[in-house]
Amino acid sequence: MTATAIRPPSADAPPDRPVRVLSFSQRLSRWDLRLSPYLYISPFFVLFAIVGLFPIVYTGVISFMDWDQVRRSGEFIGFGQYAWILSQPKFWTALGNTFSIFLLSSVPQLVLALFIAAMLDRHIRARTFWRMSALLPYVVAPVAVGLIFNALFADKSGAINGLLEAIGIGAIPWHVEPFWSHVAIATMVNYRWTGYNALILLAAMQAIPRDYYEAATVDGAGAFRQFWNITLPSLRPTLIFVVITSTIGGLQIFDEPRMFDQFGRGGSAQQWLTITLYLYDVGWGDWNFGRAAAMAWILFVIILAIGLVNLLITRSLVRDEGSRGGQLSRRERRARRRALKREEARR
Amino acid sequence: MTATSTLVTKDAPRAAGRTVRIRGARPGFWVYAGLAVVLVASVFPLYFSFLIGSGDSTTLRDPGRSWIPGGNFVANAMSVVNDPAVNFWRALWNSVWSSTIIAVSVVVFSTLAGWAFAKLRFRGGKVLLSFVVATMAVPQQLGVVPLYILFSEIGWTGQVGAVVVPALTSAFGVFWMTQYLQQAVPDELIEAARVDGASMIRTFWTVGVTAARPAAAMLFLFTFVTAWNNFFWPFIVLDRQNPTLPVALALLQSNHFVDYSIVLAGVVLATLPLLLLFVVAGRQLVSGIMAGAVKG
Repeated sequence: MTATAIRPPSADAPPDRPVRVLSFSQRLSRWDLRLSPYLYISPFFVLFAIVGLFPIVYTGVISFMDWDQVRRSGEFIGFGQYAWILSQPKFWTALGNTFSIFLLSSVPQLVLALFIAAMLDRHIRARTFWRMSALLPYVVAPVAVGLIFNALFADKSGAINGLLEAIGIGAIPWHVEPFWSHVAIATMVNYRWTGYNALILLAAMQAIPRDYYEAATVDGAGAFRQFWNITLPSLRPTLIFVVITSTIGGLQIFDEPRMFDQFGRGGSAQQWLTITLYLYDVGWGDWNFGRAAAMAWILFVIILAIGLVNLLITRSLVRDEGSRGGQLSRRERRARRRALKREEARR
Repeated sequence: MTATSTLVTKDAPRAAGRTVRIRGARPGFWVYAGLAVVLVASVFPLYFSFLIGSGDSTTLRDPGRSWIPGGNFVANAMSVVNDPAVNFWRALWNSVWSSTIIAVSVVVFSTLAGWAFAKLRFRGGKVLLSFVVATMAVPQQLGVVPLYILFSEIGWTGQVGAVVVPALTSAFGVFWMTQYLQQAVPDELIEAARVDGASMIRTFWTVGVTAARPAAAMLFLFTFVTAWNNFFWPFIVLDRQNPTLPVALALLQSNHFVDYSIVLAGVVLATLPLLLLFVVAGRQLVSGIMAGAVKG
């Protein structure tokens, strides 16, 4: 193997020829060639079918049932569980809370992440150190984050209220007012994910050709204009990716609101009850699996819908790299730059 | 063999996140000031939990408390470790072995499947891959009810095995390895191996596994961190006697809510292993995220 692997392939296969593994079949066992790919993917798909696919389908089945976990069987009741959930005021509160926490976390998080990425994109010293410092919160478990920020946000004894009182603003009822509880929970989410998203955006920023910026500088565009007209449009695919993943994650939020007090039921008046918290309560508090399953499907549909809406919004808000309306195209700008240089040289 | 690996790595640096394009001259004070704010924001909550965790039950409520840690950390940590309701050592052990098995399994299965998707042609390959990617949007909640029924059917509720089995594969992992291997392994290399009569599995082993190593290391780290921090499903399926660390922390809060010094000492204890991992492998994790991004 040692000697053979490094032999250049030129003798049998000219390097330019498109790869066709099949053409080697004359020298090999046909079965090896045909079956191997399926053999390699089968462990994944077999396991995936059992623990991934089967549950998804079966959740759908159970959601149409009145499931009895003691007898481990159910009775088909059609859309009854869905109707029950949609008729619960608690569900609509939970939905509103989930959205509120999601917006309060994802919007500032993205803006901050963009800002941090722009700073990390500069020619800084000790690059790896700063990147690692931004990523540090990512390894802290959400449960741990929840407990730490709980102590910080405690209504009577918390450091944040202490600070607010010290500067004369007065304590904020973090565990009473729905809005402020959402702010506190969103802070926990932002703590853990902002640096992570900043690094993803940073990777995309580094892939932007630097002569775009040089050309823009020559054209007299300021830092803000460059950011708006070059950086953002080039980041579009990555922004879409980040928005979609934070939507999927944000709408499922459970750990942080669950840890926001010691009872874990979303507050005395459901101030911070989220869909997943409610799902847990219905499934493992009331032991009603039919309703929990229906709620899981409703959540899935919501995630798909919001993901789609977010995709459309992001696409229309951030202009495509190719279509900077009114701006000069890249080629035009280059030509202009060259002309300018030539003129300067002549002088 | 040596030549093989050099050939592979030569094409890999982009995927390994080593794009070093630097913009502009050395920045001024404000950029460093901004980054320092990020650093403080990252570290402060952890320092705060150590601060409170090293005090006594009055520290949190004391408005004039000092910002220098007190001397009670060991005592508080002992009361976490010795709390019979929390089972700390058991939780630590459970977290260590379950996260390790999950990460190893995800890496092995993802490398195998990723290799097939990236470098082998077979009927239905593209459709199957897009199916795998599409399932990444499915929320965890969609599976928990039937999984719970399944595991209670076979008597696994309360067993860490019920946490391990559903996490043994990962659609993200397959996607990640497919992406990486596509870029990192030139097709000529496979052709060469095949011309020389290497069997499929041998080609995979010598060319594929060698090339996959950097990406496999990152996938291991990511999967390990995710498995270690996972809470929702372990919280559902495990019980007080046999928790993982996040579940144990949740129990700690319901037992000691009034005494933050003990709760936060527990947080420090439970976070330390991953902090150590981060100190050792943080660079890898950073470049992994940088490589995993969808680039424009």
